[in-house]
Amino acid sequence: MTRRQRRLALIGAGAVVLGISAALVLTALKDSIVFFNSPSDVVEKRIVPGTRIRLGGLVKPGSLVRGENFAVRFAVTDGNRDIAVAYTGALPDLFREGQGVVTEGAIDAAGLFKADTVLAKHDENYMPREVADALKKHGHWKDGKP
Amino acid sequence: MIAELGHYALVLALALSLVQASVPIWGARTGDASLMEVAGSTALAQFGFVAVSFAALTWCYVASDFSLLSVFENSHSAKPLIYKISGVWGNHEGSMLLWVLILALFGALVAAFGRNLPLTLKANVLAVQAWIAAAFHLFILVTSNPFARLPNAPFEGRDLNPILQDLGLAIHPPLLYLGYVGFSIAFSFAIAALIEGRIDAAWARWVRPWALAAWMFLTLGIAMGSYWAYYTLGWGGWWFWDPVENASLMPWLAGTALLHSAVVMEKRNALKVWTILLAILTFSLSLLGTFLVRSGVLTSVHTFANDPARGVFILAILVLFIGGSLALFAWRAPALKQGGLFAPISREGALLFNNLFFAVICAAVFVGTLYPLVFEALTGNKISVGPPFFNLVVGLLMVPVLLAVSFGPLLAWKRGDLYGVAQRLVGAFAIAIVGMAATFAVTGGGPVMAPFAMGLALFVMAGAVIDLVERTGLSRIPFKATLGRAAGLPRSAWGTAVAHFGVGVALLGIVGETQWGAERVAALKPGETLSIRHYDFTFDGLTPRRGPNYQELVARFTVRRNGEVIGVMEPSKRSFPVRNMTTTEAALMTRGTSQLYLSLGDADAGGETTVRLYHKPLVLLIWIGAVVMMVGGALSLSDRRLRVGAPRPARPKPALQAAE
Repeated sequence: MTRRQRRLALIGAGAVVLGISAALVLTALKDSIVFFNSPSDVVEKRIVPGTRIRLGGLVKPGSLVRGENFAVRFAVTDGNRDIAVAYTGALPDLFREGQGVVTEGAIDAAGLFKADTVLAKHDENYMPREVADALKKHGHWKDGKP
Repeated sequence: MIAELGHYALVLALALSLVQASVPIWGARTGDASLMEVAGSTALAQFGFVAVSFAALTWCYVASDFSLLSVFENSHSAKPLIYKISGVWGNHEGSMLLWVLILALFGALVAAFGRNLPLTLKANVLAVQAWIAAAFHLFILVTSNPFARLPNAPFEGRDLNPILQDLGLAIHPPLLYLGYVGFSIAFSFAIAALIEGRIDAAWARWVRPWALAAWMFLTLGIAMGSYWAYYTLGWGGWWFWDPVENASLMPWLAGTALLHSAVVMEKRNALKVWTILLAILTFSLSLLGTFLVRSGVLTSVHTFANDPARGVFILAILVLFIGGSLALFAWRAPALKQGGLFAPISREGALLFNNLFFAVICAAVFVGTLYPLVFEALTGNKISVGPPFFNLVVGLLMVPVLLAVSFGPLLAWKRGDLYGVAQRLVGAFAIAIVGMAATFAVTGGGPVMAPFAMGLALFVMAGAVIDLVERTGLSRIPFKATLGRAAGLPRSAWGTAVAHFGVGVALLGIVGETQWGAERVAALKPGETLSIRHYDFTFDGLTPRRGPNYQELVARFTVRRNGEVIGVMEPSKRSFPVRNMTTTEAALMTRGTSQLYLSLGDADAGGETTVRLYHKPLVLLIWIGAVVMMVGGALSLSDRRLRVGAPRPARPKPALQAAE
C-alpha cells in the first residue's frame, strides 16, 4: 500500500467507527432524555400520563404523609399549582417541607405523580437551578429565598 | 494585615506573570538569550508569590479570622484543624487560588528541572504557561477575591458545608487539580511547538513525563472522589454521571489517549499533528471542567453558590484559550513534517485504535454532558440526560478497547502479526472462557451481562500477565535468564503491563458491584435483626454522642456471619447546628475485597429506625484497580529513558540532568 492508500484506509476506518458511535449516541440520547417540568407546566402542557419526566418545585408545607413500608406522599408546588407525589423508599437527608426538590417518575391516569427518584441538594441554601427558574417564572422568588 | 499581604502577593504574581508571558517570547523571536532567561526566574518568583498568597489565606483560616468574607462563610472556630485547612479549598475563591498555586508550581518545576530543554522551547513553554496564569490571576482578583474583608467582623463563622468535612474531600480537590492543571504543561509544550513550527521525537520525550504525572494524579483524584461519594452520600453509588464527574472524566479520557499517542510519536516519530491536537484538547477539557464546576450552568451536586459574572469571565478565558489554540493549530499544524509509516496491523495501529476509541468515548460523554445546555438554549425546555445514556454508550464503546488492550503491547512496531499475537494470547482466551463458564455456572440465573464482562476482565488481566511473560521469556528460557531479562526490561514496559492489569482489576470490581450487589431497606426496632446474603445484623440500639462541632446519633449493629459474631458496625446521623444540616455517616465493613455497607434513613415516629443495607461484592477492586493503574504510571515515569532528556539514548554524550 502506498502512503496515500494507508492514510485513506485509516481515515476510512476512523469514519466508520465515528459513524457507528454517532448513531449509537443519537439512539441512546433519544431514549434517555427526561424533560424537566414545574407543576404548572404539568397542568398547562397536558403531559401524557406515563411519560417519564422530572418534576421540580418546593415540597408543600404540611403535605408530607408517611405510610406503611416507606411509602410517602407529598405535594410539589410552584406557588400556582400543586402536584401530588407518591414515592416509596428512604428520603434524602435534606428533604424537608418548604424546600426545593426534584423528583423523577411519571404521572398516572389519576393525576398522581409516581416518583422513583427523589433528589434534594446537599446544601440547605442551595436551590436546584431548574427549581429556582421555575419559581422565578411564576413570580414566587424574592431575594434569593423562596 | 496577613490577608492584605496575601492579596498584595497575588497582585505581584499577576504582574510577574505578565512579564513572563511577554519578555521570553520576544527573546525567542529575536534570539536574545538574556530575554529568554527571564522566563525561568519569573516562573520561580511567580510561584513564590502565589505560595505566599496561599499561605496567607491558610493562616486566616487556621486563625479563624472572620473579618474575611470567605473565612466567615466557610469556617467555624470549633471545626477540627484539618478541616480548617481543607476549608481553604472547600469554597470557590480558595479553590481557585489552589488552582493557580498548582499552575504556578508546574511552571516553576519546568523552570527548575527543564535545564536540558532548548532555550527557545523553554522560553516559549513558560510564556504560554504564564498566559494561562495571568488569565486566572486576573479572574481571581476581579471576580473572586478570597481576601475580601467584611466591614464588621462577626464573632463566629458559618461553618464549612458538613458534607465537605471529610478526610476524603480534604485530599480529593488537590489531587484532581494536580491532574487538571498538570495537563497545562502538555498544552504549553504543544503551543510552543506550534509557535516554533518544529516538533520531533524529543518533544514527545519531554512532554510524556508531564502528561504521565498529570494523568496519574487525575486517575487517583477521580478514584478518590468516587470513593468519597460512595461512603459519604449514604446510598452506596460510586459513579453518578454527574456533569462535574463527567468534567473530570473527559480530560482523563483525552489524557489517556494523549499518553498513548505520545508513545507513537516518541518511538516512531509519527502521529505528530494528532498528538499536538490531543495535548490542546486535553487541557481545553480541563478548562471546560473548571468552567462547568465554577459557573453553575449545569445542575450538579458539586457546584458552589455562584454569581454570573464569574461564569462569563471563565467563559471568556475558555473561548480565548481554546479558540486561540485551535486557531493556531489550524494555521501552523500543516507546516509540521510527516512522520514514519506503519501498517494498520502494528503497535502504532493498536495505539491509534486506542486513540480513536478514547476520543470517541470522550466525545460521547461531551455530547451527553452538554446536550441539556444546548437543548435549553435552543428550545427553552429543560432536560436531563440520565445514567442509562452514559452506561450504554460508554459501556459499548469500551468493549473494543478492552478486547484490543491485550493485543497492542504484543504487536511489533511498523508491521505486526495479528495471528501470531492471537496464538500467544491463547492462554488469556482460555482463562477468559473458563471464567465466563464458571460465572455462568455459579450465577446461572443472574444478569446476562455478568459472565461476558467477567470474561473480558479476566482476558485483560491475563493479557497483561502474558505480555510480561513473553517479554521476560518465562517458560521459554531458563528461569535465571528470565530474572535477568525481567531486571533488564525497561520500566515503561512494566508500567504498561501493570496499568493494563489495573484496568482489568477495576472492571472486575465494576462487574461485581453492579451485577451481584444486594440491597435491603427496613425499619428496625432495637433487638430486631436484618439479614443479607449470609450476614445477620442485629440492631442493638441508638446512642447519642457529641463531636467537636456536631451531635450524632449512633446506631449500633452486631454483625454475624452464619451465627458467629464478626464485628460491630456503627452508622450514624450527624447534625451540625451551625448550618442546621444533617449528614449520614455510613458504616463499612470490609470482607476481602467486598464490603458490607450500612446507612441510616430517617428515624420514624414509631421508634423505628430506617436502615439501608448493601452487600457490595468486589467493590474495593474498582478503586484498587485505579491505584494499580496509577502505580503502572509511576513505574513508567521512573523509566530512565524518560528521565534522560537526550533525544537518542545511543548518542555519546555524558549523563544529562533529570527532566522532571
